[in-house]
Amino acid sequence: MKTGLNHYLKTFILWELLIGLKLTGRYFFAKKITVQYPEEKTPQSYRFRGLHALRRYDNGEERCIACKLCEAVCPALAITIESEVHDDGSRRTTRYDIDLFKCIFCGFCEEACPVDSIVETRIFDYHFEKRGEQIMTKEKLLAIGDQHEAQIAADRELDAPYR
Amino acid sequence: MAEIRNYTLNFGPQHPSAHGVLRLVLELDGEVIERADPHIGLLHRGTEKLAEHKAFNQNIGYMDRLDYVSMLANEHGYVLAIEKMLGTVPPVRAQYIRVMFDEVTRILNHLLWLGAHALDIGAMTVFLFAFREREDLFDAYEAVSGARMHATYYRPGGVYRDLPDTMPKYETSKWHNQKEVNKLNENREGSLLDFLEDFTRRFPGYVDEYETLLTDNRIWKQRTVDIAIVSPERALQMGLTGPMLRGSGVEWDLRKKQPYEVYDQLDFDIPVGVTGDCYDRYLVRVAEMREANKIIKQCIDWLRANPGPVIVNDVKVAPPSRENMKGNMEAMIHHFKLFTEGYCVPEGEAYAAVEHPKGEFGIYLVSDGANKPYRLKIRAPGFAHLAALDEMSRGHMLADVVAIIGTQDIVFGEVDR
Repeated sequence: MKTGLNHYLKTFILWELLIGLKLTGRYFFAKKITVQYPEEKTPQSYRFRGLHALRRYDNGEERCIACKLCEAVCPALAITIESEVHDDGSRRTTRYDIDLFKCIFCGFCEEACPVDSIVETRIFDYHFEKRGEQIMTKEKLLAIGDQHEAQIAADRELDAPYR
Repeated sequence: MAEIRNYTLNFGPQHPSAHGVLRLVLELDGEVIERADPHIGLLHRGTEKLAEHKAFNQNIGYMDRLDYVSMLANEHGYVLAIEKMLGTVPPVRAQYIRVMFDEVTRILNHLLWLGAHALDIGAMTVFLFAFREREDLFDAYEAVSGARMHATYYRPGGVYRDLPDTMPKYETSKWHNQKEVNKLNENREGSLLDFLEDFTRRFPGYVDEYETLLTDNRIWKQRTVDIAIVSPERALQMGLTGPMLRGSGVEWDLRKKQPYEVYDQLDFDIPVGVTGDCYDRYLVRVAEMREANKIIKQCIDWLRANPGPVIVNDVKVAPPSRENMKGNMEAMIHHFKLFTEGYCVPEGEAYAAVEHPKGEFGIYLVSDGANKPYRLKIRAPGFAHLAALDEMSRGHMLADVVAIIGTQDIVFGEVDR
């Protein structure tokens, strides 16, 4: 009858609830794991797929040659490209729009790009204030690329052996 | 004599415990459920139809968004179906990576389920604990694919990239000094495999914590024991799969019964329930997390010892490496062909099913020989489970409906697709 008595006692003093309270109590006084965003951020992989950017070569020339591979592969049809041939015979985009409301951030555009022009950067915190701002035009994309080129190049460098 | 009428109650679609956008029309007799009529379709995005207009590879990203808490398991079903039709066999390393991430996904799914289910029934803490562990697994997702949820990582013929040799680290800030950050980064010094191995060492202790809070808890037991009992016969008749079926005591697991990838070489058990009530299904899922942890550990050991390719060396299906593509004309042509046209799948049909965290997730693929599916049918486990909701909730109290929706582990992404 020992176990029976034991069981009765445990039921009466709410034993299993006390055990649970002990556990939560321990975490109550333990060091918190909270990350104080935005002063600090959680670790971010160099493979992170965030906001897009268009890159340039070191001499300032746009990488994009308007091959439209990204436009063709985009599952969400978020990319629109128009192009023309320059006087020097090179083909360049006149329009390169990414609609961020359509984009599903699958990374296929970056995967497809034969000249490493369109990339997905580490930027994930951005916002829009007006309708229409979600269309990332060529100018906006190039500006992001110019601003973050060092980080973008370092990340591609790290990932190069895997691709 | 006064006329007695049943009371009809609309439950959801905005109810927090309706798990997304479930609308239930409940016919009540007092507080007892007479009939439960689930109305679905509020999250219908037409994935099956969309898939008919996209090349095979472009659909992978949409598979993530079906059951959005077990992303890679959905992708797995889809790529298996394509591989079956193409006759492609991925390299063994790719198979191990897939199995490992399937089990990571299983833990992710069961953690969310456990947290949300406990929260619905009234236990808050488990939810917070579960999300702490999910964070580590999301970091593993991010390290390998670049996205924390919608990975788009599996490809027909393997996986996109090999596992990274480094993990991202915490950085110092005004909140945490170098010493604290070093401590946080302890398990991030090595590769992804080291990080995951550290997780597998810690995880059983965490599961013990959830069990301390729930398994013996009298409130938890009052809310789950003998609620929604499903007999093994009825469970099979209603087409239940996964933990819903195993909770009723039927030992059925596709990983054992029709092993895909390398599951036949791994050592793990199938937990089964006895009575088939909510409590048994809870125990089954908790035990499954422990088994998944065991499988991850075995995969890590294998992957450490066996480096190699992670995608087939067939440029008709998988793109050539970037270095090759930039220096070799033929590889460049294949690259362009693959990313514009994709590849054609021989005429015919195939059904491939995986043991998804929720049950049997199947993809039925019909091809007319083109570069996109002629028809893609998704067999979502949640759909069959939701159909059983009426029978499971009949005769129970209104508050039990919440426990029953919870125990079914419904996610509307896959039910409505």
